Amino acid sequence: MLKIENLHIKYGAIHAVKGIDIEVNEGEIVTLIGANGAGKTSILKALSGLVKPSEGTITYDGKVLNKKSAQDIMKAGISHVPEGRRIFADMTVLENLELGAYQRKDKEGIKKDLEAVYERFPILKDRSKQAAGTLSGGEQQMLAMGRALMANPKILLLDEPSMGLAPILVKEIFSIIKDINAKGTTILLVEQNARMALSVATRAYVMETGKIVMSGTGQELADSEEIQKAYLGG
Amino acid sequence: MTIFLQQLINGLSVGSIFALIALGYTMVYGIIKLINFAHGDIYMLGAYVGFFASTSLGLGFFPTMLLAMVICMVAGVLIEKIAYKPLRHASRITSLITAIGVSLFLEYAMMYFMGPNIRTYPADFFPREVYTFAGLQISNHQILIFVTSILLMIALQLIVKKTKIGKAMRAVSTDPDAAALMGINVNNTISFTFALGSALAGAAGVMIGMYYNSIDPLMGMIPGLKAFIAAVFGGIGIIPGAMLGGEAIGILETLASGYGFSMIKDAVVYLILIVILIIKPSGLLGKNVKEKV
Repeated sequence: MLKIENLHIKYGAIHAVKGIDIEVNEGEIVTLIGANGAGKTSILKALSGLVKPSEGTITYDGKVLNKKSAQDIMKAGISHVPEGRRIFADMTVLENLELGAYQRKDKEGIKKDLEAVYERFPILKDRSKQAAGTLSGGEQQMLAMGRALMANPKILLLDEPSMGLAPILVKEIFSIIKDINAKGTTILLVEQNARMALSVATRAYVMETGKIVMSGTGQELADSEEIQKAYLGG
Repeated sequence: MTIFLQQLINGLSVGSIFALIALGYTMVYGIIKLINFAHGDIYMLGAYVGFFASTSLGLGFFPTMLLAMVICMVAGVLIEKIAYKPLRHASRITSLITAIGVSLFLEYAMMYFMGPNIRTYPADFFPREVYTFAGLQISNHQILIFVTSILLMIALQLIVKKTKIGKAMRAVSTDPDAAALMGINVNNTISFTFALGSALAGAAGVMIGMYYNSIDPLMGMIPGLKAFIAAVFGGIGIIPGAMLGGEAIGILETLASGYGFSMIKDAVVYLILIVILIIKPSGLLGKNVKEKV
């Protein structure tokens, strides 16, 4: 469904991503784990059109994406929940959700998806008229995810959804991720919380300083000794 | 008391003009963090379009204002595309200097084509009438300026708060990258912001042309500066702040002249502003923003 080949990303003299290949098949949860600065976020940004790769190709459903604008990529069905949630703090919860559907023209479908988001995150319905900046961290993460779902994406890119959340909320967010996936959305998940990420992932890639050093099913990596030592504290 | 009320009436109409110009400053600052020093010259351009429309085309007030708004809109969008867009990711000082350059360019291009002398709108453009009641004088010009400005500001608020493009403007001004992830076309949204702000400045230019009946190529400098200060005073980036700031400066200025400080009215006004900004540095309606590190 989504195929990244020989991707390179450079920021001036900094070579952040050095030729990686990743494949995401329909219906999977694929996770990309690795330490801070490994280049994970850069890959997601390249996928959603926020940064232009210096080399390599990204194909989605057989179409090349890397020359396309962020709008076109979003229209094609890829939604990105950025690191740090990046909600519009001064706007209401409802306005944030409406912005998620900015590209869509089907009023009925938008209404239906808004109901679905409210059903999945009832707290957002209670707070719909409140400024988004007044929400707690966990609620903001839910809003960011709800906002992305309002675009009715085929693939959801999640960047560090567990960042800064209490352990109980991390569990909740991951069970929501599993549920979104079960309802038919393919997920590419970037995480530093390797244990949680591997527990939900169909397949996983491990990144170190711009390169993929290991890949396999979630279970394989969770059982691997190297991964346990380096990322799972065991 | 009569002096006070009289100056209040005068101040409200002058203040409306400052407010209209200040809105363009504040919206552009809100969306690309640029202090567009050429904005006062868009107002000057509007006044000249008004001069042309009323003199050569013989148009009435509203068609003239409409034409000025449309032409200023086009000029604002072009300036953004040609001068500011290539510098979007440059340092802020680069864009600021460019804005000053654009300002000088507009001023002296107009001087080249129209000459440096003062022009006046035709006498029958919108004949002035003065009404007197309870010792207070109010002219039809003042009423027209005040009402038109209020209507334009209401229209602007509706666009920003209620329409899809308005939501996009607010989203881009909070976080351009996140807005792009929503599928918002950031470039078009920025162009639209320039278009709106420039249209308001164009309207202000025509109204001032009518009110003072004297326009010249450098007329945008001082009102432009004052409108910029009005925007800062109200809280830069905040639309109601610009309206409030504009009216506040207009009223303070006329009150200062009314009470015998006309020679030093600007000094009086800005002294008050400095004091207020010392107490509340983010402006009247500004919030204290914490920068994330």
